[in-house]
Formats: sequence, C-alpha cells, structure tokens
Amino acid sequence: MVRFLTHFRYVMGENPVTVVAFSLFALIVFLALFGPWIAPYDPLATDAASTLKPPTWAHPFGTDHLGRDVFSRVIVATRLDMGIALSAVLLSFAIGSALGCSAGFWGGWTDRVVGRLSDTIMAFPLFVLAMGIVAAMGNTVENIIYATAIINLPFYARVARAEAAVRRNAGYVSAARLCGSSETRILATQVFPNILPPMMVQVSLNMGWAILNAAGLSFIGLGVRPPAAEWGIMVAEGATYIVSGEWWLALFPGAALMLAVFCFNLMGDGLRDLVDPLRRT
Amino acid sequence: MRTKLYQIGQRLLQAVPPVLGVIVISFVLTRALPGDPAVYFAGIAADKESIEQVRKALGLDRSWIEQFFIYAGNLLEGDMGISLNTGRPVLEELMTRLPASLELTFTGLGLAILVAVPLGVLAATRPGSWVDHLCRVLVTAGVSLPTFFTGLFLIYVFYYLVGWAPSPLGRLDILFISPPHVTGFYTVDSLLAGDWETLGAALAQLALPAITLGLFALAPIARMTRAAMLGALASEYVRTARANGLSRVTVLGTYAFRNAALPVLTTLGMVFSFLLGANVLVEKVFSWPGIGSFAIEALVASDYAAVQGFVLSMALLFVVVNLVIDLMLTLIDPRVGVEV
Repeated sequence: MVRFLTHFRYVMGENPVTVVAFSLFALIVFLALFGPWIAPYDPLATDAASTLKPPTWAHPFGTDHLGRDVFSRVIVATRLDMGIALSAVLLSFAIGSALGCSAGFWGGWTDRVVGRLSDTIMAFPLFVLAMGIVAAMGNTVENIIYATAIINLPFYARVARAEAAVRRNAGYVSAARLCGSSETRILATQVFPNILPPMMVQVSLNMGWAILNAAGLSFIGLGVRPPAAEWGIMVAEGATYIVSGEWWLALFPGAALMLAVFCFNLMGDGLRDLVDPLRRT
Repeated sequence: MRTKLYQIGQRLLQAVPPVLGVIVISFVLTRALPGDPAVYFAGIAADKESIEQVRKALGLDRSWIEQFFIYAGNLLEGDMGISLNTGRPVLEELMTRLPASLELTFTGLGLAILVAVPLGVLAATRPGSWVDHLCRVLVTAGVSLPTFFTGLFLIYVFYYLVGWAPSPLGRLDILFISPPHVTGFYTVDSLLAGDWETLGAALAQLALPAITLGLFALAPIARMTRAAMLGALASEYVRTARANGLSRVTVLGTYAFRNAALPVLTTLGMVFSFLLGANVLVEKVFSWPGIGSFAIEALVASDYAAVQGFVLSMALLFVVVNLVIDLMLTLIDPRVGVEV
C-alpha cells in the first residue's frame, strides 16, 4: 500500500495534467451527488419575464427560451448524465468481463461463441447500432443505458479475454488447482481480481465515450425527454437559437459535456500510467 | 499474382460471417419490439384488417426460423419494407439520400487524412517540438469534442459572427437549382455540368459540416500516424537506411512512411465506423438531407422499417469499407498472407 502511494505520488508529480484530471473528476462527483442543493435556481422553474438573457451575475450562464437558469440546469444535469454513463459502463463491465474471462480461461467453444458475438457487434457502426437498439426496445432512458452497454461490450470482453488467457496457467492458478479449487472458483477468486487493474483503465477510457454516446442519443431526441435537464438535450434545444446569436444556451452544456469527457480520457491515461508504466506514450 | 488472387478470394469469403451476423442481429432487432410487431409496422393509424395484412406480409404468423428466411429472402430482393413517413419503399428512400451522406462523409474523411497524416508524420519526426505538442493537444481535444457541439460552434462563429458561411440548411442554397443527376454528389455533378456557380454554392454548404466531421476524424488518424511513424523510425531498417547515407526524403518517404501507412490504413476502418455514427449528428445540426436525417425523422415518428433499414444498410456499408481496406492492404503489402 505504501509502495502504491509512493508510486501514485510519483505519477502525479510526473504529469500535472493527471492531477487536473483527478481534481475535475472530484468536482464532477461532487456535482453529481450534491448538484440539486448547490444549484442557485430550480432547474425547471420558468420565468417569462427574463427569457434568453445573456450571462449576468444573477445568471452566470444566462437564461434559456423559457427563462430557466442555464447554470442551474448544467449543474443538475451532471447527475443524470453521469448516472446514465456509469450504469451503462458498469453493466458492460460486468457482462463483458464475465464473458471475456470465461472465453480466455476456458478457450474452446466458449471462446469461439464470445469472439463471434463481439465481432458481430463490432461489424456495426456502433452509434448506429445504438440507435437501432433504442428504436427496437422503446424510447426510454433505461434503453439508452442498455444500448450503450451493448455497444461497449466487445471492448471489455476483448480486454478481459486477452488478460485472462495470459493468466490461464499462471503459478497461482496452478497452486489453486492443486488445492482442489473448482475451475469456476479459480476464475472468480484468482483470475478475475488479477485482471481488474487493466479493466479499470478500460472503464475510465470508455466512460468518456459512453457519456458522448448517451449525449448524442439524447441530442437526436432519444431517451431523456424535455423538460429534464440533460446536457445533450440542452445543446439540442440551444441549437435552434445559435443561428440568431444566443450562444450561451448551447455553449455551456456543451462545454460541460466536453470537460467531463476530457476528464475521463485524461484520467484513463493517468490510470494506465499507474497500472502499467510500460505502456506510457 | 496467383497467390494474391487466392488471398483476395479468401478475404471475400471472410466477409460472409459478418454479413450473416449483421442480418441476424437486424432480424432480432425488428422482432424484438415490445408488444406486437405487426401493430408497429402497420403504423399508428392502422385498423385491425391492415394489421392482419401486415402480419401475413411479414410472415409473423409463422415460426421464428421461417420468419428469418422470409426476412432474408426479402432483403435479397432489396425489400426493406415501406417507410410509414413517406409511403415509399425504404430502399428507395435510402438510395436517394445516400449520395448526400456519402459526399459529406468522404469529404470529411478526406480533409481529416490531408491534415492528420502530415501532422502525425511531422510530430513523429520532431518529438518534443511545437508540432508534437500541437498534435498531442489536438488528439486529446479531438476525442473529447462532441461532434454536434463542434458543428454548432462553427455555425456560430462562421455564420453568425463572421458571416462567411451560408445558412446551415441543407446541401444547396434555395437560390440554386440542383445540378443534373449523374452521381448524386452535387460537387461532382456541377463539375460535370460545368456549372461553376453551383459548384461554389455546393462547396460553401459542404464546408462547415465536412470540417466538423474532419475535426472528429482527425484525432484517431493523427494519433495512429504518429505512433506508427515513431515505431518505423525506431526500426532497424530505418537505421540501416540512414547509415547507408540515403537522403532524408528517401528515408522518411520510402522506408518509414510506407511501413507506417499500413497500420494507419487499418485504423481508417474503425474511423469510418465512428464517422457513420457522427454523420447522423452532423446531418441533424446542418439539416443535411442525408440518410442520417431520414433515420432521425423515422425514429421520432416510430417508423421502424425505416430505422432498421438504415441500421442494416449502414452496417453493410461498413462491412464493404472494411473489405475494401483489407483488399488494399493485401495488394500493397507483400507480407500479408505470407506464412512466417
């Protein structure tokens, strides 16, 4: 543990960008947890007297076409956006690592079936497949989560498969086998914990993409319905006003989205440095 | 030559499983609708009789396996069902809109390649210089930018503030008549017709959406080019070439870049897949009358046959693109398929 902390401090000191990423991450978590209490206004409260007002001290991000405070909406939206992306990523992490681990550990037909399945998913342009899944299963937030989880599945399955295959005959696996553990037990208690570090890197790198994907789906009108505060929808609503010069409606939620994705991407790189110093670029 | 032909044949055969997989998945998607698919395909205004008719026509009263073969058979005949929105066959709708989307996607991809490849090469040959830093910043920012957001930002700056771009509504300003249909690409068609004014107008409309897509595709291509060039420059054959006193241009162009181009070409397949998705968003932002806009309209109106037709055709297009890229690799790389 002490060695890990020293290494952590070293990686952080080496790369100040990672520090920024981790601080941003802390801010995002904070906003997602406490957003509704911090927001100065009710994100749904309309105010016909002050619509489409540019940023002022009272409304730092301006107000939208219904007089709602954009600043409050951007803050409150953090929870929904992160919730969707996190649920989707966790879901594909769970299923993907289970499938990938079994494929890598047992090989044979399990490997072939899992490989074929992820190849088939990858044969689609992924965002387009997500659109098709949502169209088929129904236009709800849960289905956005399932669709995002499905299109991310192959990435997890592949990483898990590769990592598990390397460890199939590792010393500790043989030792556990000698002790009489069943194969399933070895997979769950010996192999899986050992492939967690590379999987966590994948989670972080993937999270940014999941956020973009979910926001893209709601931008084209799937999943989250107005008047809910969500970054993708807010940009879509602001898009109509950008040609007449009301830039703040779309800019701030878009910038929030961008920062969140940026943060997860940088953090993924930082985590990779922590976990696997050899793959640094 | 004979082995090359054999390899090409083999690669063509390898494309069969993905196509089958794509058809199976899109079959499952059309049948996974919650509730009764016949009701959905018949549309909201359908009465009992027409629902029964649709059920018969789709073969929904038979077993799943029979249904699959009916579905696949219909696809072979090019029958993807009727779009409820427009009342015309889905295939016809898609084909009339495909050129608009392809023109946009290919221009975007072309722009990205033109900028990203030299940038990646320069960054790799001068590590630590400002080009390298610029490359790194662009790569990190590029993957974080939501395409729809970049598009809106460009509209705000170049249409509203500066006023260089025409209004972001479609492929051609309403003052112009679309050029005679040859390829469906407005730029190519107006060139063929020798109509310079229309060409200019079409290019002006195309510029912003294509740049948006290009910015999106830039990051992965630049990243891959840089990494591949760094790998090639560190290799022994480049060191040998340098030691033999070959000129810098020969070393970089012939020895390093030719080898680095192969992984870049492979990445293009993946980039294209992402572009097909991003295309949908960009088409919505710029009201581009392509298949992406068509799919969004269909999604909003619960026009299932149209959406599934869109997903299927995009997937098939992607399979074809991957196939073409692999065939190009087979032709230009003497090592492909050679037993080590």
